[in-house]
Amino acid sequence: MTDKIAVTLRVNARDYRIEVEPRRTLADAIRTDCGLTGTHLGCEHGVCGACTVIVDGHAVRSCLMFAVQAEGSHIRTVEGLADGERLSPVQQAFHDHHALQCGFCTPGFLMLATAILEDNPRIGADDLRHALASNLCRCTGYHNIVIAVQAAAEKMR
Amino acid sequence: MSEPVIGQRIRRVEDRPLLTGRGRFAADIDHPGQLHMRIVRSAVAHGHVRAIDAVAAKRLPGVVTVWTGTDVADVPPISFRMMRISGLEPFRQPILAQGIVRYVGEPIAVVFADDPYVAEDAEDLVTADIEPLAPYLDPTLEPPPFAPGLVAEAAVVRKEYGDLAAAFGGGARVLELGLAIARQSGVPIETRGALAHIDSSGVLRFEGAAKVPHQNQRALATMLGLALDRIHLHEGHVGGGFGIRGEIYPEDVLVCLGALRLNRPIKWIEDRREHLIAANQSRGQRHRVRVAFDERGFIRGLDAEFWVEQGGYIRSHGVTVIDLTAAMMPGPYVIPAFRAIGHVRLTNKTPAGTYRAPGRFEGSFVRERAIDAIAAALKLDPIEVRRVNLIGPERMPFKRGLDTLGTEIVYDSGNYPAFMDKALATFRLPDLKRSLAERRASGEMVGLGLGFFVEKSGLGPSDKVKMSLTPDGTIEVVCGSASLGQGIDTVLSQIAAEKLNVPIAAFRVRHGQTDLIDEGLGAYASRVTVMTGSAVSLAAPALAKKICAAAAPLLQRRPDELALVDGRIGQADNPAGPDITLAELARTLAAPLEVEARFESSHMSYPYGLHAAVVRIDAETGAVAIERFFVAYDVGRAVNPTLVEGQLVGGAAQGIGGALYEAFVWDDAGQPLAASFVDYLVPTALEIPPIETLVLEDAPSPINPLGVKGAGEGGISAAGAAIASAVDDALGNPGAITRLPIRPDDVRRHLRGR
Ligand code: FES
Ligand code: FES
Repeated sequence: MTDKIAVTLRVNARDYRIEVEPRRTLADAIRTDCGLTGTHLGCEHGVCGACTVIVDGHAVRSCLMFAVQAEGSHIRTVEGLADGERLSPVQQAFHDHHALQCGFCTPGFLMLATAILEDNPRIGADDLRHALASNLCRCTGYHNIVIAVQAAAEKMR
Repeated sequence: MSEPVIGQRIRRVEDRPLLTGRGRFAADIDHPGQLHMRIVRSAVAHGHVRAIDAVAAKRLPGVVTVWTGTDVADVPPISFRMMRISGLEPFRQPILAQGIVRYVGEPIAVVFADDPYVAEDAEDLVTADIEPLAPYLDPTLEPPPFAPGLVAEAAVVRKEYGDLAAAFGGGARVLELGLAIARQSGVPIETRGALAHIDSSGVLRFEGAAKVPHQNQRALATMLGLALDRIHLHEGHVGGGFGIRGEIYPEDVLVCLGALRLNRPIKWIEDRREHLIAANQSRGQRHRVRVAFDERGFIRGLDAEFWVEQGGYIRSHGVTVIDLTAAMMPGPYVIPAFRAIGHVRLTNKTPAGTYRAPGRFEGSFVRERAIDAIAAALKLDPIEVRRVNLIGPERMPFKRGLDTLGTEIVYDSGNYPAFMDKALATFRLPDLKRSLAERRASGEMVGLGLGFFVEKSGLGPSDKVKMSLTPDGTIEVVCGSASLGQGIDTVLSQIAAEKLNVPIAAFRVRHGQTDLIDEGLGAYASRVTVMTGSAVSLAAPALAKKICAAAAPLLQRRPDELALVDGRIGQADNPAGPDITLAELARTLAAPLEVEARFESSHMSYPYGLHAAVVRIDAETGAVAIERFFVAYDVGRAVNPTLVEGQLVGGAAQGIGGALYEAFVWDDAGQPLAASFVDYLVPTALEIPPIETLVLEDAPSPINPLGVKGAGEGGISAAGAAIASAVDDALGNPGAITRLPIRPDDVRRHLRGR
């Protein structure tokens, strides 16, 4: 065990002053130290994307980053997507198009899709499929996820 | 009468917390003062444990204790939930290895520490001195000794009917095939997790339960010597099931034991590597099958022998997969004589259990490969050979002459030939075949293949539900089923809403909590909609009666003059008359109005389907791409077609994974080589095309009040069969594909041989 260091994480426009070991992953810090358990861990080796959050506008695998590296960045997680009771266009589209079953991969896909569409709501169908292939889902067979993100894209244009 | 609710594409009631990050999965739960558990696992496939040294680990600050096998020697091994046949007991798994290890990943020690990172540090400090023994890895080889007086073949399952000798004699044509399916598994994106703590009244509470909470409550109580009211299991959100999740594993028992002995809450969350080497795997079968047929392609007899890699121990499923492989192999065809002999062999690999469509994915591959081989031998159209063999509608209900999971197999309803015609026409397969032939003629390597199959669903024997009008006007439906993400809250609410004539928003479904209802079989074998759904449909009229009786004095009418219409109680024949809402009525009640209902069934229902695949082979790399994939499935009645399609599409994606990508492999020393997502290839959105589905309701089940059949497994059943057939077609080499998954190097080998 090593000594803890103080870090301030800015998550969903709120500051969390936490103390973590240097080896603590951003995912663990978000989940345990900030108490935001919507960000999930499916592999902790950078493949499944369940841990995807948005760091300074980019979709990032939070299991591959240390908490200390995120100091000063603006982090967004699934908890920050809805505006009160109003779901974001991507969340609403996932609901409307049955793009989730167990829902475990869902926060990662929502953050990935949000980052993709905020970057380019006019992304082409092939590029979108490629980009969504960053994350794994074991329940849906992906089709409804693709449809949902396309539907959200229309709304966000 | 208001609008029907059953059959509607209602959006799911369970989505909101999952969309907003407010799900409660096992890893999301914490208890004050909890300890984190970490398992130390064997790095050796087979060997005698000479010594385990935990001194350094115990000294690490933050570590509370470390246990090895001797510390838990008093706890019995994990027993069987299903298909417990005699003679299996010696092959059960202890919760920590007792002197011998039988697979890489087997728990040999357990660490309890106050921080999960520290628990992992401590795991690294535990050293084991294990004297290696030769690993047994190929189940077709003679089984070596397992223990004194026992060989590594735990059972031989035999199923047969008809006169096989006659079928193979008298001028029959005979073909023989050798086929194999690799080890694969459900691999949910959420790994396993379990928490246990003792509550203020001394009851052991286990969280992270899934699939079969009531069955596991009983099993854990027995193993731990607790009365049934001293242990309760609680299901939160569960990130996918697929057979693997929710069975009892050593880790589940260890968290309970930790909570009892250390008197602290214990939390255990599996990591992905552990999941891929320690949680149940499935498939892993080699088949040798002989088939006798006549000039029309009619199968006179099928004789199969197969060898199953059970892995180091027999786990909670007993011989379920082997039983289903044998019993469901004849599928939709008449096949007048049949025999299957399955050898359950204990190889030094991860132990096996079920994976979605257990035995049917394997058996359908074998049977449909045989049909394709017959068609090739006779130069007939494979579709016509299937037609010649299909069981006709006049023979329904059809007694298969076999049993499985303790039930007699009786196909309850179906018109297989009409279904096949409908599927072929809807998917325009004849046109597709022509256009593929043109593409082949111009040099592309493309092909079409299909597979026909019968599924099973709705395993009994019974399900109970409680339904009550609570003081806030909500109608609570409590069942002993479980949710693995399939949408049972929505489905059960739809059934209840229609039967009670109350808007769907009024319902709250509760499941997976052993302290809310005293029995429940859980969610497996595509049983929930059939069994629990039927129980809900029986409870609804009973509750309606109680509600009308309670409202009668308030409305000054006789109960039989009243009815529930759209959530209001009023006069059945006078819509303008006085009425009262459920919420108003509920406020007047001293206690909730509650009813109980039970649905019993000694037979399963049998949905059936057809898969078709169009593949394209890259001649350079040997890679196979799925261009199109079709699933037609008759579910009797679809409570929510969107959810049925969701099940089929998700299953098909797993089937494509099983046909082309997924395999657990080991080296010659029994070291697992697919212990991460880099090596165990779960398909992504790029590998899975949009799956085209056709959900039919032409053959409702006559054996339950809703007419439903289960939808959970039909997406995957014949995916391997259809894709193998399509790859053969693309290669122009019938019978080329004999094993799953079909890897590029297999394809390249066939390309070279052309
Ligand atoms: S948990 Fe981060 S990629 Fe899987
Ligand atoms: S919805 Fe279950 S993993 Fe995606």
